[in-house]
Amino acid sequence: MGAQLRLLRRRINSVKSTAKITRAQELIASSRIVKAQMRMQAALPYEREITRAVTGVVSNAASVDHPLTVAKENPAKAGVLIVTSDSGFCGGFNANVLREAEALRGLLESRGLSVVPFVTGRKGVTWHSFRQREMGGQWVGFSRNPSYADAKEIANTLIDSFKDDNGIDEIHIVSTEFVSMLTQNVVVRRVLPLEVEETEATESTTIPPYFEFEPTAGDVLETLLPRYVESRIFTALLQSAASEEAARRRAMKSATDNANELMRMLTQQMNQARQAEITQEISEIVGGANALADAAAGKE
Amino acid sequence: MVIAKTVDGEIGIMPQHAPVLGVLVEGGVLKVKREGQDDLVAAVHGGFISVADDEVSVLAEVAELGSEVDVAAARDALDRAQASIEANQEDADAAIEAKRARARLRAAGEEV
Repeated sequence: MGAQLRLLRRRINSVKSTAKITRAQELIASSRIVKAQMRMQAALPYEREITRAVTGVVSNAASVDHPLTVAKENPAKAGVLIVTSDSGFCGGFNANVLREAEALRGLLESRGLSVVPFVTGRKGVTWHSFRQREMGGQWVGFSRNPSYADAKEIANTLIDSFKDDNGIDEIHIVSTEFVSMLTQNVVVRRVLPLEVEETEATESTTIPPYFEFEPTAGDVLETLLPRYVESRIFTALLQSAASEEAARRRAMKSATDNANELMRMLTQQMNQARQAEITQEISEIVGGANALADAAAGKE
Repeated sequence: MVIAKTVDGEIGIMPQHAPVLGVLVEGGVLKVKREGQDDLVAAVHGGFISVADDEVSVLAEVAELGSEVDVAAARDALDRAQASIEANQEDADAAIEAKRARARLRAAGEEV
């Protein structure tokens, strides 16, 4: 009995220290979400304006043929940018992104395209190198705190490959979208070639029917599109950073909850064991005393 | 009124201006003239200006308000850039660096 008690006590201690760690991780993640959300908000106006500008150019100058807007007739290769995190401890965050990326891969391959993955985040890179998949590019070390320069570097690699005749013909992004603290969705978006949607003009998104360009529509597009791709990638990185922290907070919270539940159960078991030990000792003493008393009575 | 420098030259935008989308030059100075207030001056490096619905938006890769420019640091950057231009005529990075530093100084109201 004594051994069991000691064993339980040891387990409770180890669960307690685990709970301390996960609790700390949870608190760190919650404070980081706020920061990440603020950076996301700060990047919004730029993204909105640049999208508006691109929409303006494309809808005003439909005749402009730019290599970045025109879909190639026989696309052979598709580039997929997969945004994952550098560190683990964030539940199904990376698994979800990678599963979605695999689904997209299947879809693209069924269209006869070969897929070139471009991966950011250590987890995604390890996942790909473990499966010995050739990567078009890999970036690590900034998943928690992406800077615009990181987005630019990625965008340059993708655009160079896109412009290259033997390079990729489409660019997709698989990343996690931050909806709220509790909801993050994996989204798949095609960045290039631009998807031109014919939509009814609504009140809030009216685009002036004409636009003047300085110097020309083609030149504007030439400089605008790379910025647009950068901005899209930057947004994806920021959203993913916020989502990563939210996922981590949730995973760590449930880990802490589980640890506390386990601790409660173990404490109960330990108390039971201790009580059983005491009861046994008492009955042994009582039994012993009785036996002595009986022996003494027998002598008389 | 907003005054900006696009690759075609300076452009001044008054209220009710027709929609325009222009490419800004590297190391330009953007000026916003406001009624009853001081002008808002900023050094803007590259990017775009878009005018639509009586709204002017400036999308820049890097921008700095004139009042926030660290003049000493900008002068230092200009001197360094000029030194490396003298040492190597083909140094494109240094030329851009010099342009940026000049724009920052001009935005801060310094003579260059």
